[in-house]
Amino acid sequence: MTYRGRAALQKVWDARAAANFMGGGAGSGLIVFAVAGDARGFAFDVLLVAGLALIGGGLLSVWHELGRPARALNVFRHAKTSWMSREAIAAALLVPIAFAAIAAVPGAAMLAAFAAAAFAVCQARMLQAARAIPAWREPLSAPLLVVTAFVEGGGLFFALSPWLRVGDERLLVFFGSFVLLRVIVFLVYRRALANVVPQAALVALDRAARVLNASTVVSLVAVAIVAYGLTPEAWTFAAASIAGLAATAGGAYLKYALVLRAAFRQAPALPHLPARGRR
Amino acid sequence: MTRYAMAVDLNRCVGCQTCTAACKHANATPPGVQWRRVLDLEFGTYPDVARVFVPTACQHCDDPPCMDVCPTQATKKRPDGIVTIDYDVCIGCAYCVVACPYDARTKVTKPAFAYGTPMQNEAKRFDDARIGVATKCTFCVERIDDGTAKGLTPGVDPDATPACVNSCIAKALTFGDIDDPQSDVSKAVAGNAHFRMHEELRIGPRVYYLYDATREDTPIVEEAM
Repeated sequence: MTYRGRAALQKVWDARAAANFMGGGAGSGLIVFAVAGDARGFAFDVLLVAGLALIGGGLLSVWHELGRPARALNVFRHAKTSWMSREAIAAALLVPIAFAAIAAVPGAAMLAAFAAAAFAVCQARMLQAARAIPAWREPLSAPLLVVTAFVEGGGLFFALSPWLRVGDERLLVFFGSFVLLRVIVFLVYRRALANVVPQAALVALDRAARVLNASTVVSLVAVAIVAYGLTPEAWTFAAASIAGLAATAGGAYLKYALVLRAAFRQAPALPHLPARGRR
Repeated sequence: MTRYAMAVDLNRCVGCQTCTAACKHANATPPGVQWRRVLDLEFGTYPDVARVFVPTACQHCDDPPCMDVCPTQATKKRPDGIVTIDYDVCIGCAYCVVACPYDARTKVTKPAFAYGTPMQNEAKRFDDARIGVATKCTFCVERIDDGTAKGLTPGVDPDATPACVNSCIAKALTFGDIDDPQSDVSKAVAGNAHFRMHEELRIGPRVYYLYDATREDTPIVEEAM
């Protein structure tokens, strides 16, 4: 039998850290979708710059959380084991590659997509490596965050589609499958945590589940409307935009809940109790 | 090879917090920061209850998760097992804080003093290098290094022993070289039933908690997490 103390919510990573996961995930996913969606010309440039801005905004946000921001470049020093170092390196590589893609350097677009995906993976593994937080160290947290990043990025891609005229029905259905995959991974992840995290963490995750479910329903209904041609041609982009916005909002709330509400620390645990007064 | 470790006899600890006070005195930590704490845990419901005092701090793990995640290599492990932080390299990202399962690390973002303005002793011992970076128990590494340089033995000679161990009124804390079978800490661990906290994480904490194996574990209902 193990006797456990009370678990406390981590407070050292605040909304600024959550913003890094939101911006980083959405930005990297957006770049992946810009390449996968074969966006061209001005639209491609806008999507890539928007993706970089989201990633940069997230990193800027977390930079404000550093105790010694002037030493920020030290973050590159431990790529051998630290996912935070790897995340920084992926971001540093992504910027020139993305600008090369904007400059239409052959092969750079595909490289940018890979670098963006690598960034999303690094962010996901970064959270999973924080072993003091049972809700984070659960192995499924990494795939959940990666899938969420693609959904958020795809969501933004389609949210912008009425203005940029990008994406087609096939890509929208592909995006819809990611939305569905995200909710499935979340359900399995939530189940894995059932006896691992404190009740308050489960309450936070269940609240996130309700938001996620609602966003998934809205998103998939909109995808279905477009896929089955149930809407006039003029409204197709609007429906896709709604699908994208709903999916992105759900992902952002999930990250907020994961980083700020479900992040209870490992509680002290004693496999045995002492017998005072014996010696 | 020397590897420092600590044994905490849970049967002996009375929860007086003298080790906490000694640590604060030795290391001049600011208000609210306790590198060594004594957890006061209660289990069960009346009449089947237990109260346990658990001295805790950095466990100087064999495979410290704080060191793996640190993006700057500010956190290092010395050959003698002591985990250290280079305050001049740390960027204060607090990744190590969320990686330590023992809640042993703290980040202070601005100077803090007991009564607002610093008292003479606080002003004298204030160290700006510790602001905005991660800090934690060092096993009083300066005392150990200074003591061993003078030929003293950590865990035996007070001048080479962590302040918390020196201060303990109940002799609940024992420190020394776990690789030396003749050291007090080795004898304490070898001669008593013991466990290490969160051993399932396989990070090899170097703090051993001693308990009385002859005690029949009272079937106390575990509190909801």
